[in-house]
Amino acid sequence: MSTALLSRTSVAPKVPIEKKSRISRYLAGLSVAYLAFALLFRGHSTLHLDRSSLTPFHDWLNHFGDWIDRSRNSNPLFLYVVNEIRSFINGFVAILRDGISIGSSIRPVPQIGWLGVVAIIGLIVYLTANIRIALLAIAGFVVLGLLGLWQESMDTLALTLAAVILSLIIGIPLGICAGLFPKFEKMLTPILDFAQVMPTFVYLTPVTLFFLIGPASATIVTLIYAVPPALRITAVAIKEVPWSSVEAAVSMGSTRLQALRKVQLPQAKRTIVVGINQTIMAALSMVTIAALIDAPGLGRVVVRALTSLDVGRSFQAGLGIVILAVVLDRSTTAAAARVSTEPTVTGPKKMHRLSLLVMGIFTLLLIYISRTYIWASTFPGSGTLGKGVASLADHTIAWIQIHFVTLTNGFTETVTYGLINPMQALLVESPWYVTGIMLISLGAILGGIRLMIICTICVVALVGTGLWSDAMVTLASTLVAAVITVALGIIVGTWIGRNKRADRWIRPLLDAGQVMPAFVYLVPFLGLFGATRFTAIMAAVVYAAPASIKLMADGIKGVPASIFEAATAAGSSPWQMITKVQLPTARRALALSTNQGLIYVLAMIVVGGLVGAGGLGYLVVAGFAQENLKGKGLAAGLAIVILGILLDRLTQAVANRRDPLAYVRA
Amino acid sequence: MFVEHRARRGAIFALLIGAAALVLTSCSGSKVANGTPSASSTAKCGTVTLADNAWVGYEANLAVVAYVAKTELGCNVVVKNISEEIAWQGFESGEVDAILENWGHDDLAKKYITEKAVAVDLGPTGNQGIIGWYVPPFLAEKYPDILNYKNLNKYASLFKTSESGSLGAFLDGDPSYVTNDEALMKNLKLNFKVIYTGSEAALITAFRNAEAQKKPVIGYFYEPNWFLSEVALKHVALPPYTVGCDAVPGKVACDYPPYKLNKIARKAFMDSGSPAATLLKNFTWSNDDQNSVAKSLTVDKLTDDAAAKIWVDANKDKVNAWLGK
Repeated sequence: MSTALLSRTSVAPKVPIEKKSRISRYLAGLSVAYLAFALLFRGHSTLHLDRSSLTPFHDWLNHFGDWIDRSRNSNPLFLYVVNEIRSFINGFVAILRDGISIGSSIRPVPQIGWLGVVAIIGLIVYLTANIRIALLAIAGFVVLGLLGLWQESMDTLALTLAAVILSLIIGIPLGICAGLFPKFEKMLTPILDFAQVMPTFVYLTPVTLFFLIGPASATIVTLIYAVPPALRITAVAIKEVPWSSVEAAVSMGSTRLQALRKVQLPQAKRTIVVGINQTIMAALSMVTIAALIDAPGLGRVVVRALTSLDVGRSFQAGLGIVILAVVLDRSTTAAAARVSTEPTVTGPKKMHRLSLLVMGIFTLLLIYISRTYIWASTFPGSGTLGKGVASLADHTIAWIQIHFVTLTNGFTETVTYGLINPMQALLVESPWYVTGIMLISLGAILGGIRLMIICTICVVALVGTGLWSDAMVTLASTLVAAVITVALGIIVGTWIGRNKRADRWIRPLLDAGQVMPAFVYLVPFLGLFGATRFTAIMAAVVYAAPASIKLMADGIKGVPASIFEAATAAGSSPWQMITKVQLPTARRALALSTNQGLIYVLAMIVVGGLVGAGGLGYLVVAGFAQENLKGKGLAAGLAIVILGILLDRLTQAVANRRDPLAYVRA
Repeated sequence: MFVEHRARRGAIFALLIGAAALVLTSCSGSKVANGTPSASSTAKCGTVTLADNAWVGYEANLAVVAYVAKTELGCNVVVKNISEEIAWQGFESGEVDAILENWGHDDLAKKYITEKAVAVDLGPTGNQGIIGWYVPPFLAEKYPDILNYKNLNKYASLFKTSESGSLGAFLDGDPSYVTNDEALMKNLKLNFKVIYTGSEAALITAFRNAEAQKKPVIGYFYEPNWFLSEVALKHVALPPYTVGCDAVPGKVACDYPPYKLNKIARKAFMDSGSPAATLLKNFTWSNDDQNSVAKSLTVDKLTDDAAAKIWVDANKDKVNAWLGK
């Protein structure tokens, strides 16, 4: 994520340093003016729209949806393109599922049973990474079986594999092109930004409109999210190769294509593997969202547990997803590390080949056994470990709910009355033009004329969706959650950035927080905080804080040692070191972590529509579920995207301006 | 270098021995029956794809129908977790063969049954659906007159929360549920604000906590529902329903109509002559039947098949009637 982001923020407007204090003055003035006008015109032109009312735009979208429905079996675009893509992807997923997860009518069990899958995984990880990680992978997969989740895990693996393979087929060639031709990259950038900023929840409805429900839609939804990292990181990898080495190859008589194949690609290999890692993680993070449109696998267990409030079962399946993620992440990370140290691998070649042969035969043997014998095909046992984990999670949450109910109620009310309600009152009850002009001026102050234009377009488009009031409800919750997230980012990020030991303990927790599907903690949060905006905000914080904290910690760590030593020599206390040296130097990291925090928070606040957050997220869910609200739901999705672009652009402007090194580079 | 060499050779021997051991031990295991269908009836029934909508009552219907189709008819049952609207779409694309508990949806029925003729109504499930306003029992006991909508304004301040401002909070459920509540508040001049909780789970949690903590809560709920056997929510009376009183969504000022829940199936599937078609057509049971299975699923946390088996074993005669035996 962060690597992808860095490549997004390369263009830094040049702002002279003396302008800085003037900008702060402008910002202060703007806040005072906004508050004054908001109070003065309170309750006017708020553009409130009742739940069941529709604007002509929503009606038009409804008709558009009906038109697509009608032309599914007649329009050539559907007959020859959309339907073909759909059956191709469905077929691809079906082959993978037939191979490892479900049986068919002729064969009651999958082609390769659990023993075979474990052997293949072990072999692949050993060959691309090392023996330690291979053992970890084997252990992880066996635990999946012991949790009683073997078939679901294999469904998820098959779907993820399909999405990752397609992502790489699309992403790597495009990424190479983007790396070679800056113009092409410039053209792609806004599209990639769009795909990454847009909360995944939003494109469920449009995708199912075209591709109907099922594995094809689930794969496409995942692709939209997983292609950008593959593409971006490949482009970075190609650009990282020093131009001098390409020139040298060309001057020695290579063609441009040869130079690419012999010089650039091999040198870019390591970074490309990092891109594969990011792609896998992105694909896995879509598991639960995709389950909303009938993707098979672990996500479905989690979604179903949400409807029956089954904390234990959702935790159990969530744990399965985390295990899969850890195994795939560690394997690809180790593979990337090995690519960079490959030439130093020692040992007699002949012996190596022999051991490979033996291992290959051993794996084939295990595959054969897993195809032949029931004990090696269907994972034995009834998942006792899974039941244990589930009941432990159940009891823990029940205990917390019983013992902390006054505390959680008090906490919910304090934050709601103290932060959420005032923020929402300000944004929702102000006239749209007052808030709109405030946003446009903010753009002008932070990013000059270009950003001002972008903000103007966003404000006008937001009004055009007819959902201004709901958008302000969502914005209010998003801002509150972002404030909490950034505060956590600064405090915990600074701590683990300075303390190696803390870093080692906290980081796995952050990793788990990032891959644990949000639905898993929505269930207990619902019990703790009720169906309120606060529940959505808490879930958003849990979802967004890890990325913020990591970026902040990396920023603190990235403070050059020379500055650090100079300050130590000058006799700075630790507190002075943090506030006077590390935080100011890591300002850009702070801005980036705010940017990422906001984008993540928005994505989750929208999902919060499922648990009482209201606003745009609720409308998306409603549009997904009710025929006559379909158009309104699509409009709400659009409004979310506009909000995302607005928040992203504004915080990026801060990130670029606050970068002291940007002046040096420029 | 030499040490590494020896270690690797050792590893190879270990692998070989392991392989030999595996071959020896595995010979005794039972084999996968390849290419031979497990029951002769499988071929006759083939695959049935059933929609799974997001409330537990539905899942009870599904558990029992799927179990009977699998065990009695040897069908291959595929279940799809999708919302109601999407499930109806599935009749057209062939992705869904049947919906096992349908609540009204006149617009969808018109589109897919009348206009497109891809779906057919399979008649009632036998369950009576009631949608309405409910309060936890402790509240009804403390203020008996709260069960009439006319007195609700008197108590509105009890229901104030951080979410509803100066009005009382009224909780609504999943966005896909049928609701007129916002219009009702306006047209009956009630000082309540509708808060959308977003799911059945959220509603149940709210009511459960309300009863346990004696905290006033009012909201949308429906029967049949297993939760009513855990906390017996009390129904609040609205102006009685008359045919057509809910025709204009913005002007509704009456209670919800009683629903005769029904089953919908894909027309082509019903015409295919699958034995599962007969099962789907004949399937009916009572609210008590559904609640007992729903309770096994949620409170006892049984799997679908285990919950269904308990009910099926105790109700052989009903199952036989569905199968036409």
